Amino acid sequence: MTRLDLTPLFEPKGVIVAGASTHPGKFGFVSLHNILAAGYEGNVFATNPECPEILGVQCSASVADVPDGAADLVMVCAPGPAIPGVLRDAATKGVRAAFVVSGGFREAGAEGEALENELVALAQELGMVLAGPNGQGLVSTPAKLWSQIVAPYPPAGRIGIASQSGNLVSTLMNLARQGNVGISRAVSAGNQAMIEIADYLDYMAQDSETAVIVTYVEGVPDGRRFYEALKAATAAKPVIVVKGGVSEDGARAAASHTGSLATNDRVFDGMLRQAGAIRAPGIDAAYTLAAAFATTPLPNGPRTVVLTTAGGWGVLTSDAVAASGLDLMALPPDLHDAIGELVPPRWSRNNPIDLAGGETRDTIPAVLDLIASHPEVDALVYLGLGIQGNTARAYRESPYMPNEGMERIASFHERQEVRYANAAVEISRRENKPIIVASELAIGDPDNPGIATLNKLGWPCFASPGAGITALDALWAYARDR
Amino acid sequence: MSDKPALSEHDSKLLLAGFGVPVSREKVVATPSEAVAAAREIGHPTVLKLCGAAIMHKTELGGVKLGLVGDEAVQTAANELLNKGPDGAELLVAEQVSGSRELIAGVTMDPQFGSTLMFGVGGIFAEVLADVVFRLLPATDEELDAMLDDLANPHILGEFRGEPAVDRQALVNALSGLAACVAERSDVESIDINPLIVSDGLPIAVDALVVLQ
Repeated sequence: MTRLDLTPLFEPKGVIVAGASTHPGKFGFVSLHNILAAGYEGNVFATNPECPEILGVQCSASVADVPDGAADLVMVCAPGPAIPGVLRDAATKGVRAAFVVSGGFREAGAEGEALENELVALAQELGMVLAGPNGQGLVSTPAKLWSQIVAPYPPAGRIGIASQSGNLVSTLMNLARQGNVGISRAVSAGNQAMIEIADYLDYMAQDSETAVIVTYVEGVPDGRRFYEALKAATAAKPVIVVKGGVSEDGARAAASHTGSLATNDRVFDGMLRQAGAIRAPGIDAAYTLAAAFATTPLPNGPRTVVLTTAGGWGVLTSDAVAASGLDLMALPPDLHDAIGELVPPRWSRNNPIDLAGGETRDTIPAVLDLIASHPEVDALVYLGLGIQGNTARAYRESPYMPNEGMERIASFHERQEVRYANAAVEISRRENKPIIVASELAIGDPDNPGIATLNKLGWPCFASPGAGITALDALWAYARDR
Repeated sequence: MSDKPALSEHDSKLLLAGFGVPVSREKVVATPSEAVAAAREIGHPTVLKLCGAAIMHKTELGGVKLGLVGDEAVQTAANELLNKGPDGAELLVAEQVSGSRELIAGVTMDPQFGSTLMFGVGGIFAEVLADVVFRLLPATDEELDAMLDDLANPHILGEFRGEPAVDRQALVNALSGLAACVAERSDVESIDINPLIVSDGLPIAVDALVVLQ
């Protein structure tokens, strides 16, 4: 099977919204609105036989009235019976891709399935690729294209998404807006009548704008095709898979041990392992992993140092490291001595490095630098960002404010948090080593200056040490097996 | 129970042995005196099993006698089994493979992904523990080797109760033999080896069932 060319879908030079609506409650309006609102720079056309203009875009009566060669993607919001005509007209105008948002196809029963098959045959005859039907559209930030009817427009970034569920695209867009680690392409695959998840994997594997792929699947139309595409994609970049419908595994009446043990999920899991994919237990976990891969340098080895400003976090993190493929390394003597010269004598003197309050001596950026630049250290976990910001917040919200002394200390703490966050990101990038930052404040108080600084830099802050270690372990496993 | 034709345990093993899967030394006999002679030849302790295509779950039928030492024990067990079995039943006389680890391996046809290979912890607890992993076929030896580490309890392949660690290459060869069998024999629908006993570090198929299409 020759590969489908999805370039006109994700990098169109112009888009036609067929079936544009004047009613803000209809997909035909939302589709046009979103394309305009995100600042798409290509040509935008809309068809509506009854209305001369919507949102400042002049409407044509039909696709046949659109200028030749000005668009290569048509977003089809028109009802089922009108679609074949739209596709035929579009093809004569040089359109090479259609995204059919409309429903009423395979998902609606046998009659819809027949219509869907006819649509695919027609698209093939016209030499067009056809996405959907019954999909929620797509996002392509390099083209500033927001052609999605439900999901919000995400920050631009390097995570690619192909999902069997449109609403899970929304979930990921919302997580990207919150985490500020952004998206390259995202597509709701709909019924996968012609373009399957496997085809999107092919495209995103080759796509230089995409550094990591997340895919959500329930079932795949062609298991072997999916496996081959996944295997090829993982050779190019990390692919994170979330599988839905695991609990629907029926018990099988089988005479053999192997047959009775071969549940759909076990076979699927083995297939993922064999293809080199990373399986995430849920969509939030998938985003967390993708954010790590999209931003954080891969470690060259498992040797991990934990830097903490408080004992309990370090203990839990040590436990998480012990349960992972990472190695809580013994501190090299020269690193031990160098840190000892910077911090007060009560520090832990081993790994985890517990500064036990030493950060008030303004040493965190210097200690981060010492650890990350040490040649034997492969990765660094930094816990405690935000605690000075906690104090600042307590003062800011205090009934004793205004108070000059409290004001001065709150400002000092806030400046320090910003410094620490900047230092963590700058050092990680300079040394090309992962620095994993974890704090519950990522959820509990995202306005904390340390957390907010990371967010502004598009750097992940994991919500717990465990989540950070899970991500780092995945980075290391990927680096090791590559 | 499947109504598809299945090879007898002995024929299943003969087929698999042809693809390099190590199987227990054994012989099919019809009478108690033949059983005694076969047991002498193979060596004691000996296992006797009721044998025939219709007899799939022998243990549950009480169709297996383990740890037989001496002619008399073999003779008595053979009489008992032949009385229990259907008319014309035969006996499988096999070496008693010693080893405390029982693994499982098999091939089944998945409706979505086609031919898949399974490997894991076997014996009577196989379904209860369900510590098994799958790979799609064909699979490279490297992929089969990586599969071993995916067990929930991979330490079962290490040194164990005074026995050496499992020879990984031998294990991969055995799995690769199963894969080769279904690749070359298009009439084979599924394969089941349980247990695959680890004896002195080497896997040996002690029971096997090949189902044809």
